[in-house]
Amino acid sequence: MNNRLLLSARNVGKQFMQGSRMRWACQNVSFDLYPGEVLAVVGESGSGKSTLLRLLASRLACDEGSVHYDVRNEAGTAMAAAGASGVFNLAELSEARLRWLARTDWGFVEQHARDGLRMNVSGGANIGERMMALGARHYGKLRGEALSWMERVELDTARIDDLPGTYSGGMQQRLQIARNLVTHPRLVFMDEPTTGLDVSVQARLLDLLRELVDQLHLAAVIVTHDLAVARLLAHRMLVMKDGCVVEQGLTDRVLDDPQHPYTQLLVSSVLTP
Amino acid sequence: MDEHYNFGFLDERTKKMIRRAMLKAVAVPGYQVPFGSREMPFAYGWGTGGVQVTASIIGRSDVLKVIDQGADDTTNAVNIRRFFARTTGVPTTEKTLEATIIQTRHRIPEAALTETQTIVYQVPMPEPLFRLEPRRSETITMHALGEYGLMNVKLYEDIAQLGAISKTYDYPVLVNERYLTSPSPIPKFDNPKMHMNPALQLFGAGREKRIYAIPPYTAVRSLDFEDHPFEIQSWEHACALCGAENSFLDEMIVDDEGSRLFVCSDSDFCSERRSAGHVGTQQAVTMPDTLASARGEEP
Amino acid sequence: MTAVLETVDLSKTFTLHERGGMALPVFSSISFRVNPGECLALTGHSGSGKSSLLRCLYGNYSASSGEVRIHHQNQWVNLSAAAPREVLEVRRHTLGYVSQFLRVIPRVSTLDIVAEPLRRLGVAASDARDQAERWLARLNLHERLWHLPPATFSGGEQQRVNIAHGLIANHPVLLLDEPTASLDADNRRVVVALIHAARARGAAVVGIFHDDEVREAVASRCLDIEQFRQPF
Repeated sequence: MNNRLLLSARNVGKQFMQGSRMRWACQNVSFDLYPGEVLAVVGESGSGKSTLLRLLASRLACDEGSVHYDVRNEAGTAMAAAGASGVFNLAELSEARLRWLARTDWGFVEQHARDGLRMNVSGGANIGERMMALGARHYGKLRGEALSWMERVELDTARIDDLPGTYSGGMQQRLQIARNLVTHPRLVFMDEPTTGLDVSVQARLLDLLRELVDQLHLAAVIVTHDLAVARLLAHRMLVMKDGCVVEQGLTDRVLDDPQHPYTQLLVSSVLTP
Repeated sequence: MDEHYNFGFLDERTKKMIRRAMLKAVAVPGYQVPFGSREMPFAYGWGTGGVQVTASIIGRSDVLKVIDQGADDTTNAVNIRRFFARTTGVPTTEKTLEATIIQTRHRIPEAALTETQTIVYQVPMPEPLFRLEPRRSETITMHALGEYGLMNVKLYEDIAQLGAISKTYDYPVLVNERYLTSPSPIPKFDNPKMHMNPALQLFGAGREKRIYAIPPYTAVRSLDFEDHPFEIQSWEHACALCGAENSFLDEMIVDDEGSRLFVCSDSDFCSERRSAGHVGTQQAVTMPDTLASARGEEP
Repeated sequence: MTAVLETVDLSKTFTLHERGGMALPVFSSISFRVNPGECLALTGHSGSGKSSLLRCLYGNYSASSGEVRIHHQNQWVNLSAAAPREVLEVRRHTLGYVSQFLRVIPRVSTLDIVAEPLRRLGVAASDARDQAERWLARLNLHERLWHLPPATFSGGEQQRVNIAHGLIANHPVLLLDEPTASLDADNRRVVVALIHAARARGAAVVGIFHDDEVREAVASRCLDIEQFRQPF
């Protein structure tokens, strides 16, 4: 079992001005994530789960606590030469380093694909961008990689030169996933990856995510309000309410034997067709 | 020389400010240095940046050449040359080899430049990423971090959609392997001349208020892909006047039947060759010949 | 002989917050050990907490107090206090579970569902599939069902998929919750044989067997859960 901690949140919190008072959107969240572990962050609107995701991905600065990540350098990368490997407090990394990290070892799948894609360039260009940013300069090889990833996420390779606007919602999400995975990240953040898609499309996308997480040994933090998504994809769950974690643990344990009143309410509220 | 103006039109403090910006620019090749661009007696878009740069470096012992699209006798070039004659009294010339300062709009002279020369480019838009990312706040960050993936994506996209990179002028270059730079709207034909040039290359953008520089003997590389390398333009015909086969040719329609005359864009280069006895065909290429050539047949 | 599974003062009480925090005690202070090759049958009336106990043993239900300890890769692991990834490791290598109901992962074929525990152990996909086919054939599940997802199968067919899935990895400890409830006599016999084979290879089994005949055929001893019930 891999004992090297990948991501660690320690008493993470963020407050925002709301009306005339400061309100904690997210408070006192702590957990450790290991390579290959999938963590679902579940809660209703206003629970703070999206804020938490953004804090973990360093898109927002913590007002309290810290997020730590096991940064690993790859030989030959220009940016990597600038720093050592090891567990770092993300707040202490330079912006250059963070951006490099976000482009290589992390992925971020947005809820709305158009927020995570370049809509004015083709599917192939979208997939190839990260590689080009890392210095890849062979057009044929870039295209080859893009084609192979399109196959992997079950996109029609004939559409490699089409603009993402011509893709369906489900296809745009697959494109977004390919775009993120092309640099073999170890950690992927997902913000409601299947919400808003048609049910059958959601189902196929979840299957794809399940397979990819398994094959690529990805660690992931998935924000969702859908307990079924958590059960299907996640090993562990955090249940959030009003900015706090009310319960956490093994997914099937939390869903089958919920301890906290709110968790019990959530679980019993789910409709089963 | 008109005694009502300070030497070179600008006051000495302004020249000092511009020279400071230039020093920074030379110290960081290809990096756009903001400067306090002044109101000039002609409109934006007519070379105010280039003129401010020239005005800040020109001295009594200089010899000035001004060209516009390679020619000394077009409106823009004539105007600017007259402006400096009036405000400095410095001798002007049309001969590239005799000039110490060459101000240019959209071309680099064919004749090789030397270590004693400075070339000043007029730049409309100094930001090479402008069309891809209009926000200055974003492009500043991209330059700071060397994150030029966006430009590579654009080049990839050109090849995917059009079969080749579509930029034929203002072709983006990487200066000193660090900063992505706009060479100004010179044809890509001229890009190779920027690489390891013995002359100092200065760039002024008046409207956008930025100056940048390529010091002598600096590496300048045009962006491309390993399997789609950078290529310059070429013509089937030689200059009709002087017979030059390796200069940038202007194509001029000379009659109503579509006959075209190919002539060197660099007027000084062409006249030097003619003085040395070189002669071209002296003839326009007729329309039927052009069409035959397009069909791959013998004219 | 060293035990491989034991409980120490294990108690379980549900707190129903939706009913104003009403406490529903299930069982209290259960302690037992199971050795390799044994089959412990849990008995008691329905509702006495047998399934809940099994789920506690699997880590699916939390323990209200006490411990569930399992011998995993030469070490004792306190399953009730273990981190999620440790529980998952134990389940991958050491602890198998045949549940009463099949929670279906939609759109995954029966063959892939059954092969999954082997793939989790690093077995090559084709090899895992081959073994899955053999297990399903043994359980008399018709070949034409193998490539279909089990959602539309009958109760008995789903149960056989469950059994194959639970037993295929040859775990040292097996938890069986009513494995023969929906099966006909022939298939019951197959399952009994499979349990015997598991015991013979040294597996420790804890099971709930509704059918008296099956229980008598497979169990080496019984534990009546009723005695551990708390008075209301």
